[in-house]
Amino acid sequence: MSVLEDLTEAERKALAQCRHAVLGVDRPLRLDCGVELGPYRVAYQTYGQLDADKSNAVLICHPLTCDQFVGESHPVTGKEGWWDSLVGPGKVLDPARYFIICINVLGHCMGTTGPSARDPDSNQPWNLRFPVVTIGDMVRAQAALLDHLGIPDLFCVIGGSMGGMQVLEWAATYPRRVFSAVPIACAEHHSAQNIAFHEVGRQAIMADPDWKGGDYRLHGTNPSRGLAVARMTAHITYLSEQALQRKFGRSLQNRDALGFGFDADFQVESYLRHQGSTFVDRFDANSYLYITRAMDYFDLARAHGGVLANAFKGSPTRFCLVSFTSDWLFPTRESREIVHALNAAAANVSFVEVETDKGHDAFLLDEPEMFRTLSGFLQGAAHARGLTGGLK
Amino acid sequence: MSANPIRVDLQLIADMVEPGGRALDVGCGDGSLLAYLVNFKRVDARGMELSQAGVNACVANGLSVIQGDADTDLGDYPDDAFDYVILSQTLQATREPRAVLKQMLRVGKRAIVSFPNFAHWQVRLRLVFGGRMPETPSLPFKWYDTPNIHLCSIDDFRALCRDMGVRVERAVVLNRNSRRIHMPPLLANLFGEQAVFMLRRD
Repeated sequence: MSVLEDLTEAERKALAQCRHAVLGVDRPLRLDCGVELGPYRVAYQTYGQLDADKSNAVLICHPLTCDQFVGESHPVTGKEGWWDSLVGPGKVLDPARYFIICINVLGHCMGTTGPSARDPDSNQPWNLRFPVVTIGDMVRAQAALLDHLGIPDLFCVIGGSMGGMQVLEWAATYPRRVFSAVPIACAEHHSAQNIAFHEVGRQAIMADPDWKGGDYRLHGTNPSRGLAVARMTAHITYLSEQALQRKFGRSLQNRDALGFGFDADFQVESYLRHQGSTFVDRFDANSYLYITRAMDYFDLARAHGGVLANAFKGSPTRFCLVSFTSDWLFPTRESREIVHALNAAAANVSFVEVETDKGHDAFLLDEPEMFRTLSGFLQGAAHARGLTGGLK
Repeated sequence: MSANPIRVDLQLIADMVEPGGRALDVGCGDGSLLAYLVNFKRVDARGMELSQAGVNACVANGLSVIQGDADTDLGDYPDDAFDYVILSQTLQATREPRAVLKQMLRVGKRAIVSFPNFAHWQVRLRLVFGGRMPETPSLPFKWYDTPNIHLCSIDDFRALCRDMGVRVERAVVLNRNSRRIHMPPLLANLFGEQAVFMLRRD
């Protein structure tokens, strides 16, 4: 049985370069909203080999606008893998040692079923009729894929931002399947300010006349202007004021004087416009609505009776949290709340705050202190698990 | 993992810890005691450290450490979360030593505390005959920049334990050469430069 859909150009290229599986044929995925989804496709990429006792699997959970191409050049953009600094030979996550899996999340647009697929009941594209998915749904779909692949548990689940939310969800939902967990630059719920920024982005998409109530593909249009504005807004939240000042200041773009008009006079404007216009080539507007919604809905404490510690009660998992001093989207305070809850559950936890002016994006960048932290933590965890394969 | 020798007072503490249990080292510094407990005693050892730089270095060495303050952050942990809660050379730097001790004995089945003895003869001499605030190898700070705001003597500490109804299971006193001394309390309080106590709730 296959998944009905009209693949976008980006999805076609993505699926040609990665692995994928159709799941939920016999047993559909019961979503938090109550809908039963199936069959659905999960697109994923792997690096390295699973060892004989299946003890070296590492799941990387990708953030909002990244995807399964974590350690290789991207099939659509041609850019290097989004976590190339961390994944690769000689890096912290070395495929010679670990079996690394990265799964495109449910609702996304790089091959895993999302709003651009067809509803098997009506044979019509889902578009905005696609059920709203949650971080929990994404994680359950990932667990279903691991079942399908015969991977009983994970040596480590690691991710930043929305990826970090998935890590927390993994540890809370499947504590026995997660030996170690590394949530980076994230929170146990999306703050009012973060929801507000997401709402601006969604409204920008929906205000674009080409959005057509979500049915833009039927009309042969694409709300690329709205999606670009959404990206521009979000991108500001990924940086810090210092980083913007350091990179751009008030420097002018390709001119010596103010233009007295509304072209991109300033470098920072030009930079944001570039971020927006390149984003629309690889990202689907409806997926952007769905994935941002999933982040907004995330509230782990609420899902556990209002007490976050309950989510981790008796957890055997070793945790390592990382935050960044200049990250105002997911400030250190929010990581610290998770640490407090883990302490209240007497869980094994490490927590490092990295000093940087690069803002939220720091987790994707060259941050030697983060690499040292992750490398040390994984060595300690490997030692505790008796994992010695591939050690140099 | 290396087998570097650790400080004598830390070795004493490590020797008091039974293998295989759970321990929390409050104010774990560079993590040398934690590393020893993990590698040689198979202890599930965690650390709390005030300095972020210290925390980062510990985690980079594979140790489970968080940034935290003995005065404020022990309250997070549930009762009996650990077999041992360790506070080495830190009690005198806390704002409320009595409250910290109480938390330690709530969170841990046992508490192990080491501290410099303020009634050591060198300290007494310096104050009585020098007329100046004592500076010794174990108390190397000037009065105006010392982190040690609640110094006590070995006898003071015993009195606090009595007052709190805490049982002293073991008490080891070290002289200025970090050798164990076996003396009656009055003399131990004079010749002991530091002490290590293992306590439990009565």
